[in-house]
Amino acid sequence: MATEAVVERRSVGHRLAGLFHGRPRLQVGALLAGPVGWLVIGYLGSLAVLLIAGFWTVDPLSGEVVQGFSLENFETLVNEPVYRDIVGRTVLIAALVTVTDALLAFPIAFYMAKVASRRGKAILVVAVLVPLWSSYLVKALSWRTMLSSGGVIDWALNPLGLSGPGYGQTAVWLVMSYLWLPYMILPIFAGLERIPDSLISASEDLGASPFTTFRRVILPLAFPAVVAGSIFTFALTLGDYITPRLVSNDQFIGNVIFNNISNNLPLASALALVPIVVMVAYLMVARKLGAFEHI
Amino acid sequence: MRLSKRSALLLRLGVGVGLAFIYIPLIVLAIYAFNSSNILEWPPPGLTLDWFPKAVENEFAREAFVTSLKAGAAATAIAIVLGTLASLAVARHRFFGRETISFLVILPIALPGIVTGVALSNTFTQVLGVDLSLFTVIVGHATFCIVVIYNNVVARLRRVSTSFEEASADLGAHTWQTFRFVTVPNLKTALGAGALLAFGLSFDEIIVTTFTIGAGEETLPIWIFRNLFRPNQLPIVNAVAVIVVLISIFPVYLAHRLTREEGGAATARGGGKVEAEATAVP
Repeated sequence: MATEAVVERRSVGHRLAGLFHGRPRLQVGALLAGPVGWLVIGYLGSLAVLLIAGFWTVDPLSGEVVQGFSLENFETLVNEPVYRDIVGRTVLIAALVTVTDALLAFPIAFYMAKVASRRGKAILVVAVLVPLWSSYLVKALSWRTMLSSGGVIDWALNPLGLSGPGYGQTAVWLVMSYLWLPYMILPIFAGLERIPDSLISASEDLGASPFTTFRRVILPLAFPAVVAGSIFTFALTLGDYITPRLVSNDQFIGNVIFNNISNNLPLASALALVPIVVMVAYLMVARKLGAFEHI
Repeated sequence: MRLSKRSALLLRLGVGVGLAFIYIPLIVLAIYAFNSSNILEWPPPGLTLDWFPKAVENEFAREAFVTSLKAGAAATAIAIVLGTLASLAVARHRFFGRETISFLVILPIALPGIVTGVALSNTFTQVLGVDLSLFTVIVGHATFCIVVIYNNVVARLRRVSTSFEEASADLGAHTWQTFRFVTVPNLKTALGAGALLAFGLSFDEIIVTTFTIGAGEETLPIWIFRNLFRPNQLPIVNAVAVIVVLISIFPVYLAHRLTREEGGAATARGGGKVEAEATAVP
C-alpha cells in the first residue's frame, strides 16, 4: 500500500515537473502567483479600499458615512493649520529620531563589525538582539515611569541641580529613539561586515589617516546600510500612536488617524494617505541609494 | 582596523553610551518586577519575589502567551512559503516587473502599522464580511513578515551559485528533486534565521493586532496593553515582561548559533557575510 502511494505521488510530481520543464514563464507564474496575489490583491487591494473611503464624507447631522466623491477631507487636511502642524511635527520627530539613531548606532555597529574580537562580537550581537525581543509596550512603559516626576531620571539628575524632560515632545523623541535603535544598529553592522578589511588596509597603507579612511572609504560604503536602517526608524516613528499617548499629550499622525477611525473613517482614511505618500517617496529614494540590498 | 589611542577611546565611549541607553530602561524594568509596592515610585520601597508566581499563575496571561505563539507560528509558516516563492522568482528568473517585487514586499513593513491594520480590518469586515479572529491576525502578521524571509533567502540565493542546480539538472534530477535536494539544503539556515526574526516580529506586534483581532481573543501584547493602566495588575505585567525577555534569550541564542555554524562553513567560501545577512533585521 505504502509503496504504491509513493509511486503514485512521484509520478504526479514527475508529470508536473515535466510540465514546468523548459517553460520559464510558467515557472515564474507559478512562483509568483501566491506572493504577488497575496500582496497585490490582498494588501494593495485593502489599501485601495481604504483610500477610496477617503473621498467619502460623514453627514454632520446623522453621523452616517455618505459614499460619494468629495475632496472635502483632503481640503480639510490642507487648509486646517492643526493638521499641517501635526504632519510637520510627526515628520520632524521621525527625522530627528532617525538622525539620533544613526549617530548612536554607528559606533556600536562599527565596533561590532571591525574592532571587537570574535567573542566580543558574539556577545554584542546578542546584546543588541535581546531588547528587540522584549515587549515594545513594556519598554515604552518603563520609559513612562522613568520620565515621571520623581522617576529615575529626576532622581539621577536632581543631585546635579537638573530635572528630567518630563512628558512631552522631548520624551517622545527620546523613547522613539530608544525603541528603534536596534533596527538601525543591525543593518549598519551587516553593511560594515561586508566591507573587506583589505580595503581599509589599502587605504591605511596608502597613507590615509584613520579619519580619512573613515570618511573616504568606510562611510560611502556603509551609507546604503544606514539608509536601510533609516527606513525602519523613520517609518516606525511616523505611524506610532501608542508611545505618544504614553509619554506626551501631543498629537501625531498616528493619534489623529486612531482617534477618527470610529467616528469619521473618511477623514482617517484621507489622513492615512499622508504616511503612505511620505513612505513611498522615502522608499523610492532609499532604493536609488542602494538601501534595499541591506534590509 | 588600526586606530589611534584617542579614536579607540572615543569609539569605546560611543559604544558605552549606546549600550547604557539600551540597557538602563531594561534594568529599571527588571527592578520594578521585584517592587514590593504596586506604585511605581523610585527607588522602590522594598523588594519581593511575589509577582513572578502570580504572573505564571495568571490564566489570562498564559492564554495570551499561547495565542501569541500560535499567531507567530502560523504567520511565520505563511511567510516562509510566500517569501521563498517570491525570492526564487526574483533570484532565479528574469521577468517584467522584477524590480518592483522587492518594493512590494517591503511595503507592508514600511507603512505604519495603523494604516495596514485599518486597511485590513476594513476589508475583512466591510468588503469580505469576515469576522475578526485569530485568523485575521495571522493574515495581517504574515503580510509584514514576508519581507524578512524574502530578504534572507534572496541574499542567500544570490550567493549560492546556480551551477549546483544546473549540475543537478544535468545529472537527471527533475525540478522538484533539484529543489528538494539542492536548493532547500542551501537555504536551510537562511530560512531558519529569517523564520526566527519573523516570529519575533509577530510575537511583539501590537498595532496591526489591535485592529485585526476578534473580540474574545488576546495576544500577549494586547493583554499587556489592557493591563498596563490597572495599578493592581501592573507589577504582574512587569514580571511577565521580564519572563518574556528571559525566554527570548533562547531564540536569540539559537539564531546566533544557526548563523555562526553557517559562518564557519562559509568562511571557506569567502567571508563572514552570512552572519551579517542573517542578523540584518527587520
